[in-house]
Amino acid sequence: MDPEDPRLDQALLRGLTQRRISRRDALRYAGMGLGAAGLTAFLASCGVGSSSAAGSSSPANFDWSVQQLNHQLNFANWPYYIDTSHGTHPTLDTFKQQTGIQVNYKPVINDNQAFYAKISPELQQGKSTGWDIIVITNGAQLSELIDNDWLIPLDMSLLPNFTKYASDSIKNPSYDPGNKFSVTWQSGFTGLAYSPQATQALGREPTSLNDLWEPALAGHVGMMSDNTELGSIGLLKLGIEPSTSTPDDWNKAAEVLQQQKKDGIPLGYYDQGYVNKLENGDTWLTQAWSGDIFLANESGYPELKFVVPDEGVMFWHDNMLIPAGAEDPLDAITYMNYVYDPQVAAALANYIWYVTPVPDAKSIVAGLPGGKAVSESPLVFPDQAMYAKTHQYYVYKGTSDLNEWNSIFDPIITG
Amino acid sequence: MRLARRLAPYGLTGPGALWLVVFFLIPMFAMLVLSLETPLPTVGFKQAGYQFTWHFSQYSQAWSQYHVQFVRSLVYAGIVTAVTLVIGYPVAYWIAFKGGTQKTTYLFLILLPFFVSFVIRSLAWQFLLSSDGIVFSNLERIHVLPQGFHVLGTPTAVISGIAYNSLPFMVLPLYVSLEKVDRAVVEAASDLYASSREVFLKVILPLSIPGIFAGFLLTFIPAVGDYVNNDILGGTNTTMIGNIVQREFLNDQNYPLASALAFILMIGLMIGILIYARVLGTRQIEEYV
Repeated sequence: MDPEDPRLDQALLRGLTQRRISRRDALRYAGMGLGAAGLTAFLASCGVGSSSAAGSSSPANFDWSVQQLNHQLNFANWPYYIDTSHGTHPTLDTFKQQTGIQVNYKPVINDNQAFYAKISPELQQGKSTGWDIIVITNGAQLSELIDNDWLIPLDMSLLPNFTKYASDSIKNPSYDPGNKFSVTWQSGFTGLAYSPQATQALGREPTSLNDLWEPALAGHVGMMSDNTELGSIGLLKLGIEPSTSTPDDWNKAAEVLQQQKKDGIPLGYYDQGYVNKLENGDTWLTQAWSGDIFLANESGYPELKFVVPDEGVMFWHDNMLIPAGAEDPLDAITYMNYVYDPQVAAALANYIWYVTPVPDAKSIVAGLPGGKAVSESPLVFPDQAMYAKTHQYYVYKGTSDLNEWNSIFDPIITG
Repeated sequence: MRLARRLAPYGLTGPGALWLVVFFLIPMFAMLVLSLETPLPTVGFKQAGYQFTWHFSQYSQAWSQYHVQFVRSLVYAGIVTAVTLVIGYPVAYWIAFKGGTQKTTYLFLILLPFFVSFVIRSLAWQFLLSSDGIVFSNLERIHVLPQGFHVLGTPTAVISGIAYNSLPFMVLPLYVSLEKVDRAVVEAASDLYASSREVFLKVILPLSIPGIFAGFLLTFIPAVGDYVNNDILGGTNTTMIGNIVQREFLNDQNYPLASALAFILMIGLMIGILIYARVLGTRQIEEYV
């Protein structure tokens, strides 16, 4: 045996005989490998399947004739959207007296998307959302609810007040032909609101959407973070009608909005909180919803004003819907009918100050305490001249349509 | 009997482990699966569900679309951590070394704002920082600040808001580690001719590194994912990754993209922290913690 034989080198032998993988390690890795293989098999079979509401109770074959009154109603709505007096809601109390139905009223909706995100998983599994009436603005969420069969179709024979008293502007709308699933709760306008500081900075009152692009107001302009509102205002500024716009138009509107951002004009993109920014004086001119400014005037900011821009306002509708799986649909439709009674509509209009769907309420409101000014305001009872200035939102044709709109306008907000 | 003894550790850790599995591992796994799925083609708005397709390009797409906001969140969080460290260390030092019998009172005072909701405190900051508010309009009037000064909507406002909310999370770990510094060691250092500056730099500071590390973890990670402060105090160029995930999830309902974003954030943070721990010296931390 040659002492120099490399096979006898101690270091080499130590290295060769060193344990690379012990038996325990081998078992562990094998187990992990099997686990991973099992996981991948599991993953491949994964994938949330398409929804299917339980067959027999599918809204499409909903039978109104077998429904019974349960004398209770779960009503989800937006805040400050119903008459309130000393902690109670007079119209709800009167409703209970007339029909015996107890309304469980909860102003839990602050945002269409957030609320929709809460109820859509339940609807997808065919479960009840816990609500009998929900109020959703016309837009992507409403179209999605309709397309997926998640709303109970309304029986017009149970809504005589609607047929008789509803305004023409909300009958047979483009987003819900024939009012198959929805009747409007209130409508509203998206226009401009400003404080005296804007008048001071501009040297005149703001009158046009172009004022939102004014360098004199740089850093003090508020825009909305709802990309439907934001995109529509961009389109209106360019003189394009949103309801008939095309993706090319959207790109042009996005360019204009990006330019506004580059010039440092908007302070930020806000949701309902835009009112606070206006009240605090951080923004001087902002996109605004008509009724909010009325409310701000009443809560200690009388100097704020809402103005209808020259280019026009966006006209939106908040609609009452009965979600699939609702437990008290007959009570719900009874309430919907009740709301279209002109007396009730007047009581609501006198508090809410958004556009009521019942024009006949005008004369009744004029007789209510504090109602004279409300009845004469074109923002609550629009006349023909006001209607001529309204524009409708673009109605998305489908998810891919919506995704295209989002991909064009989201970068402006999230930049 | 012997079996019971061998099973005892599992029995004791069982509930905790089960909680972790159910509320952490399973959701993480579900999110991972979701991030690799693509939506099935839809007709109109009819939801058709998702299909698992090993869609790894989702991650590169998420990064290319939102890397600006990722980096921005990391930068903001880094600044927040540095600011809270600079502000919080003297406070913790003072309470630990000079606090005397009132230590718990001082700690309670630092924690007092947390009795109020997080969102309400941020709203209060919006009120304080508003250009027309009490603070700034008066400062402008006495010409301490230039006319037209505004801070709301700038990165400064967002960073200040997050720093304010994170300060106790930096002060408390620092206090705990400074409390544990053996006073005898400090005394020994000065006996050996160390000046008070050297005592601090060479004895106290190194011994408090575990506290700095813990404070960093408790401050940096929530700061990166913060979205409330940007919502309330932010402007047009301060969007953080938390806002993006919220928008993708709730507004755009793009669940795969949002899950991918969340995972990138989580993995990125984990890797960063592992590196940071190595640099600081994990053995030191293990020894002291």
